Amino acid sequence: MALDIQPSVTGTTGRLKLTGQLDGASAPAVRNEIEHLLTQKLDRLVLQVEDLTFMASAGLRIIIFAKQRQPQLKIYVVKPQEPIIDTLRKTGFYDAVYVQDTDPGDEASVN
Amino acid sequence: MTESRIDYYPTHEHSGFKYRRGHTLPFGAHIVSSGVNFSVFSSSATSCTLVLFRKHEAEPVVEIEFPQEFRIGDVYSMIVFDLETEELEYGYRFDGPWNPASGLRFDRNKVVCDPYAKVIGGRDIWREAPDWNHAHQHRGRLAFDDFDWEYDRPLEVPTEDLVLYEAHVRGFTADPSSGVSAPGTFAGLREKIPYLKELGINAIELLPIFEFDEWENSRKHPETGEWLLNYWGYSTLGFFAPKAGYAATGRFGMQVDELKTLVKELHKAGIEVILDVVFNHTAEGDHRGPTISFRGIDDRTYYILTPEGYYYNFSGCGNTLNCNHPVVRNMVLDCLRYWAAEYHIDGFRFDLASILGRDQNGAPLSNPPLLESLAYDPVLSKCKLIAEAWDAGGLYQVGSFPAYGRWAEWNGKYRDSARKFLKGEPGLVGEISTRIQGSPDLYYYRGPQASVNFITCHDGFTLRDLFSYNNKHNEANGENNNDGGNDNESWNCGWEGETDDPGVNQMRRRLAKNAICLLMLSRGIPMLLMGDEIGHTQSGNNNAYCHDDELGWLDWSGVSKNREMLRFTAGMIHFRREHPVLRGRKFFEHRDTAGSGFPDISFHGTHAWQPDFSGGSRCIAFRLDGAHAKAPDQSIYVAMNMFWDGLPCSLPGPGEGKVWKVVVNTSMPGPDDFYSAADAPVLHDQHNVIVGPRSILVLIADQK
Repeated sequence: MALDIQPSVTGTTGRLKLTGQLDGASAPAVRNEIEHLLTQKLDRLVLQVEDLTFMASAGLRIIIFAKQRQPQLKIYVVKPQEPIIDTLRKTGFYDAVYVQDTDPGDEASVN
Repeated sequence: MTESRIDYYPTHEHSGFKYRRGHTLPFGAHIVSSGVNFSVFSSSATSCTLVLFRKHEAEPVVEIEFPQEFRIGDVYSMIVFDLETEELEYGYRFDGPWNPASGLRFDRNKVVCDPYAKVIGGRDIWREAPDWNHAHQHRGRLAFDDFDWEYDRPLEVPTEDLVLYEAHVRGFTADPSSGVSAPGTFAGLREKIPYLKELGINAIELLPIFEFDEWENSRKHPETGEWLLNYWGYSTLGFFAPKAGYAATGRFGMQVDELKTLVKELHKAGIEVILDVVFNHTAEGDHRGPTISFRGIDDRTYYILTPEGYYYNFSGCGNTLNCNHPVVRNMVLDCLRYWAAEYHIDGFRFDLASILGRDQNGAPLSNPPLLESLAYDPVLSKCKLIAEAWDAGGLYQVGSFPAYGRWAEWNGKYRDSARKFLKGEPGLVGEISTRIQGSPDLYYYRGPQASVNFITCHDGFTLRDLFSYNNKHNEANGENNNDGGNDNESWNCGWEGETDDPGVNQMRRRLAKNAICLLMLSRGIPMLLMGDEIGHTQSGNNNAYCHDDELGWLDWSGVSKNREMLRFTAGMIHFRREHPVLRGRKFFEHRDTAGSGFPDISFHGTHAWQPDFSGGSRCIAFRLDGAHAKAPDQSIYVAMNMFWDGLPCSLPGPGEGKVWKVVVNTSMPGPDDFYSAADAPVLHDQHNVIVGPRSILVLIADQK
């Protein structure tokens, strides 16, 4: 299944809505979108992944990439499916991002 | 800036793949700008071909022969551009002569695995049956150096302060009773960190976690039909790659991240990670074994060969790695540096380490270059180096392993004398008093921290079985009970195996507590075997290397069933960690250098100041003076009576203004077997005490 990527920016919040499967083949496109988003001054990156059914290691590496590229950036993973949460937990990435069921909105986070 | 460098542009093309001359060092496959650098060594090949696969696919996507101008010396290197790094698998074909008698086993029909592969695919999920028709079972993959360690680094706990816990990653949580979400994995072990912290250990020594094949030499038990596997994993496929099957995320190729997360979390809990590393042999076996990597790349460099080209077998596993060949030596160094730097590993325990001191003909060296290099290596300078100081070729170096002021040893003599003493053999009092002091007879010039004290380890009986069986019971291994050691120095306490007899069971519990007590009160580094604290049994099997089943897995119901043993063990570990007088870095001088009026250690018997070292004695007591500890501490008196009857002992003084309080009395059932410092009762008679039969008594000097 192909991956659909819908990027948007509101203020200092960047968003990517991902639908489908994030695997090795589709990961470079996501990374390009994130690189493009990070050319703007962002405080937050929101990954809306409710309809993402699979995230391979390549997908997780993108999160690391974004975090290392901009250490102050707060990354939200919104509504991930259970297998993705499980992988985030076992590989230690869970603590590096904010995993939650709702979009944090556009205001600066107090987390 | 790098994008504009001329060396990042391809010069060649083959089937749509662009490439150019690579960097000779470092060996292995590494991501560079716009591509992957491949570098591999072979001294005798006539050509080399890089074989690239898409992950999991049987046939390669491309094979690129290294142009001769890409070879510098004996190293073939190449940068291939625009690869999908997440989806890549690779190997090599080497061409050259086939002449086994000369150590030349080139076969270009085989794709061999890179000895420096950081991730190896092929056994991604534990125990998933492989496709045996697949020609290339084990392939290299790329590792990514992007893990976020935050502020973590190796803990550098002083060696003498360590309390080691030897564990098998899978066996620790594979049993459903573990209750973890990912049984038998790095993630599962991580969920049990609170348990380890509560137990009090501060270092975990993991049985091999380098990639191995659990299906190697697998077979079904002839009678039960149960699969018998290469469960322990003492048979390395690749020295740089973590065992994928030990990661819950191995199916996604994320074993590196999962293992690093485990190390990071253990460090947060104050627990060091020591790896059991197996450099004495590889998974390729003898001349009948498979060609996986080393043999097909440079047989006579990587292995010690007989003049006829067969494999010397100092490991007992078919071949012997040629560790003191300069190329292999560098590989071992590169490997350990990699684990120390990239995985923040705190130390290494070397399986059959004496092999590392043999020359290229197999003869022991007086000054082995590899051991010296490891001892003085700048990256490894704070790593613990622990030798299993013997091999299967008859070399036994306990006390004489070339140490260079750095190496510690598994003290096999401690184990043997402790077992004999604990089961009540006479004539052991002199020997055990030496072992308690850190074995100065063996390590006088190295210090007590050179001695890893243990009574049980993965090899042999568990602690519970040590006092439940006179003989090994290895029938479940399918080798007619011929495997495993016969010199166990065990004692069944009157009945072979499990029994309902309360007297026998009470005796067994007491002897197990005595063992824990002895271990925690001895100078040196104590090491516990996983599960001994909760009465883990292997039903008398003393060689459970092939049991990926209930026999080899820890049964966590022991936490509730053997609560008394767990409480006692945790209590003793915390007692050791709270009292520096038990963890001295130097040997005792047997005199008063602190002006306390007492020597640093004094020995006693049934009469204070009169130890009985005669052949018939089974009782010894000692007093450790707190004023001589490396940090101010209380004094401790220990009486160990392995005689079958209780003995009255007169006591040395606790010191001016102090009284003796009872901390441990193994002749009592729990909870009166161990008291915390706050609850320790004052000894009723401060001058005389009865030490129960086959029991240990520990007193501590406290303010009146």
